[in-house]
Amino acid sequence: MKITDEMIDYIGALSRLKLQDEEKESAKEEMEKIINYMDILGKLDTEGVEAMSHAFPVKNVFREDVVMPSTDREIITANAPKSKDGSFVVPKTIG
Amino acid sequence: MEFDKMTALELGRMIKNKEVGVVEVTKNALENIEKRDAVYNAFVTVCFEEALKQAEKVQKGIDDGTFTSPLAGVPMAVKDNMCTKGILTTAASKMLTGFKPTYTATAVKKLENAGAVMLGKLNMDEFAMGSTTETSYNGATLNPWGENRVPGGSSGGSAVAVASDMAYYTLGSDTGGSIRQPCAFCGTTGIKPTYGTVSRYGLIAYASSLDQIGPVGKSVEDVAEVLSVISGHDAKDSTSVNNSLKIILNNNIKGKKIGIPRDYFGKGLDGEVKDAVLAAAAKLQALGAEVEEFDMPSLEYAIPAYYIIACAEASSNLSRYDGVKYGYASPSFEDLTDLYYKSRSEGFGAEVKRRILIGTFVLSSGYYDAYYKKALQAKAVIKQAFDKAFEKYDVILSPTAPTTALKMGENLNDPLKMYLGDIYTVSVNLAGLPAMVVPCGFDKEGLPIGLQLIGKAFGENELLNVGYAYQQNTDYHTKKPVLKTGKEA
Amino acid sequence: MEFLTTLGLEVHCELSTATKIFCSCTTEFGGEPNTHVCEICTGMPGTLPVLNKQVVEYAIRTGLATNCEITQYNKFDRKNYFYPDLPKAYQVSQLYLPICQNGHIDIEVNGVKKAIRIKEIHMEEDAGKLIHDEATGMTMVDYNRCGVPLLEIVSEPDFENGEEVIAYLTKLKSILQYIGVSDCKMEQGSLRADVNLSVRPIGQTELGTRTEMKNINSFRAIARAIEGERKRQIEVITTGGKIIQETRRWDDNKGESFAMRSKENAQDYRYFPEPDLVPVEISDEWIERVKGELPELPEAKKTRYLEEYKLPEYDVEIITGSKFLVDIFEKAFEVCGEAKEVSNWIMVEVLRMATETATDVEDIAFDAANLGKLINLVKAKVINRGTAKDVFEKMFTENVDPEKYVKENGLEMMNDDGAVLAIVKSVIENNPKAVGEFKGGSQKVKAFLVGQCMKQLKGKADPATVNVLMAEELEKV
Repeated sequence: MKITDEMIDYIGALSRLKLQDEEKESAKEEMEKIINYMDILGKLDTEGVEAMSHAFPVKNVFREDVVMPSTDREIITANAPKSKDGSFVVPKTIG
Repeated sequence: MEFDKMTALELGRMIKNKEVGVVEVTKNALENIEKRDAVYNAFVTVCFEEALKQAEKVQKGIDDGTFTSPLAGVPMAVKDNMCTKGILTTAASKMLTGFKPTYTATAVKKLENAGAVMLGKLNMDEFAMGSTTETSYNGATLNPWGENRVPGGSSGGSAVAVASDMAYYTLGSDTGGSIRQPCAFCGTTGIKPTYGTVSRYGLIAYASSLDQIGPVGKSVEDVAEVLSVISGHDAKDSTSVNNSLKIILNNNIKGKKIGIPRDYFGKGLDGEVKDAVLAAAAKLQALGAEVEEFDMPSLEYAIPAYYIIACAEASSNLSRYDGVKYGYASPSFEDLTDLYYKSRSEGFGAEVKRRILIGTFVLSSGYYDAYYKKALQAKAVIKQAFDKAFEKYDVILSPTAPTTALKMGENLNDPLKMYLGDIYTVSVNLAGLPAMVVPCGFDKEGLPIGLQLIGKAFGENELLNVGYAYQQNTDYHTKKPVLKTGKEA
Repeated sequence: MEFLTTLGLEVHCELSTATKIFCSCTTEFGGEPNTHVCEICTGMPGTLPVLNKQVVEYAIRTGLATNCEITQYNKFDRKNYFYPDLPKAYQVSQLYLPICQNGHIDIEVNGVKKAIRIKEIHMEEDAGKLIHDEATGMTMVDYNRCGVPLLEIVSEPDFENGEEVIAYLTKLKSILQYIGVSDCKMEQGSLRADVNLSVRPIGQTELGTRTEMKNINSFRAIARAIEGERKRQIEVITTGGKIIQETRRWDDNKGESFAMRSKENAQDYRYFPEPDLVPVEISDEWIERVKGELPELPEAKKTRYLEEYKLPEYDVEIITGSKFLVDIFEKAFEVCGEAKEVSNWIMVEVLRMATETATDVEDIAFDAANLGKLINLVKAKVINRGTAKDVFEKMFTENVDPEKYVKENGLEMMNDDGAVLAIVKSVIENNPKAVGEFKGGSQKVKAFLVGQCMKQLKGKADPATVNVLMAEELEKV
């Protein structure tokens, strides 16, 4: 597969990463190499094989619906680059 | 007295017998770090004050009977991707500049409750993505065994801190070999437990379905003791299982069936590594184990499946770093989108960006089935292959890495080559199995070689017994590199 | 050209569990920004979700009440997108295996019955709230709502007009309230609807391109949004334009929908199985237990009220249409056993007071047992109806106990006929002119005289008794 400029731009936009032109060229090249290597998987016969997201059959892990104290908002926002009165602050959003 | 060469349990016994105080050994360890880490850069953060305070507290607790663990008072250190309340935790990334978690990871907390004294946080590949500890924002860690050699990764700091006797034991994390490969490169002993054995709560996620915390130490006994403390179900981690290990070691391995997968000894494996690993197999046979070769043809699918799954999960796990809630925010931006783009593009290093892009690609519309779904199916096939092998064998023996420690920078510009180096370790994570590494020799240049032993799911004790029997009859794990110091204290 | 409209709905309903879906923070509405948050719901590095069992329980309940099949092997998936109200930059939801599938809700519009199919119901987490700060020109992020459990109820595009949509929403809301899974307070955002709408000329079989309008939070706004968007699409098409598949924002003040910026909104959510959560397996026993615990649903209740209590159909329709009126009815009935009386009181006085005090039915706060007591007081002739109405107003606004209130304020009827007779006699004595007129043949005057008695009795007598005594005494004059 060929990784095109459009593809790398699209993936970059989805992942909110802006690549400098130089970075972009090497990223395209490396990705192409890696993705093509991954195509080995195509050789593997997976007919009828269930996709496995968990290696072990653990299931039904629940928590009871009991309220526990929340964390102080000054603590929660202590690491924020920008905060005001216990809120995180971002540039103006629309909608 | 030179405590630093002791194992954790040896030191723990001296502390218990009041032959030495916790504050004294902590001070000694901090002094060693000050001298040695200027050379090796294993630590990202050293907790000088906190460690001494903790040492005093622990000494009191030992005296009044609160702390009874054989590890009580023993200084240790933790990989920088585990949250430690109030102590800088950056996952070796610019993206988490200044991040001080508001809580402590369960595994670390359990050690704290057993009387551990934490010396600091250990260097690693950025967000645990890498096999050399060169992708750290804090600069590379050096392997004490050779000139200009990488320690492996991503838990390079965890292995080097032990190998250079700066910490008695450490915690690392292993997503695709990140504990085992550095242990092999640095001559230390380590184990990646069965997935779910150690709580991931507080471990900064790389690939959630593969990540597992484990100990690095100077002997199988040390590692087994640490694992006993940190294992067990945690109500905060839905994927944790009730595998509360109380390991009792036994060096009798007579009749144990050990399988050697032929496919792990083929093309690409360094001859010296191969010889050392096969010699270890012979040693185990001499000790009474039944050793046999078998075929495991799914090996070649492990790397693509692993990188697809790991990158996909990482692309999602790392989306939360956006310059709003914690960590790095770009100083100048036009609007919200620009803040996201700039903070992420400036905050993440090249390897992390590469994996985010790959992960985003394999999940994106139109490619999901061909890559992500296929990888999950390959994972199932690999798991089945192991299940089948374990019907016959108790333990599987293999090399840990194709070579000994690489030269610095050797693979940094060839990511695919770096990924291929993980060939022997990644399938273990895909199958969720436990695997340990014990030193089994040195190459011509004096670089350590590590033996990988893979166990049955939840079969840590049996697995550790094999490693224990091996170490009882070999002395590779007791060898020490000649240490350098940056400044004389 | 005439057009047909096709509508589908995605309803988001916040569940009334005590805690959030993946952490133990309270779901309580309101509170200062970020006072109901912890490391988990704000997506701090290293934190992990643990599923609230009650959410699954409520989801099963909802599925059963809407005739769905319950998916016995469930998984959660991550939906990835960047927005500041979503701290992990992914929403934990269900794409591949939603908990309920293939259900339906029956509606009736203008006497015509219709089943609206439910495609699926899935569990997910709510996002936080963005508040624009005028002072700084920045946006403040509040995560109190973040992680509150949601059910997304997705209908098939079975609606043809706004009336059907409103009927469905009314019914759905009433079901959700009946089964106690949500308070459905639209003004607090605990029930919100996304409307998918397309139009096509009559005669065209394939559906037109649809647009989606998100998070509309009142029935009236939904009706207006549907009408507005339908007109817009028809106008675009008839003037030769093309409908673009897009998400639009309905501005109810302006009465128009606006396209949302699409530049960064590539709809590629990269769903994949959530690795931090394990599958949920729902056994037959579990489903059976929830089924057994399901309260009587509106349809069944309606039938029962008609048959068992012989109430008028219209009254039954109104009362069973709201879980809150049903609660009042059943509680009051339990106390007094007078179905018809309770129904009358609800239809007349309760609804009148609700209108007069601008109280939503769900916010009616008085203890319905008191209505039963009040009816008992009338039945036992302790008070008359007139007094009862006054007492009810006090009950409605101040939640007084009628028995206590009547006693404390001395409102009991005078059941001593002798005392009433004395008043009747004194009224006759003091109103010779009126009595004269009565004798002259004016019946109207009798009512005046009875009124005078009631006035002196401060309304505390049975008007029937006064009437009888008055008639008797007038005869004697």
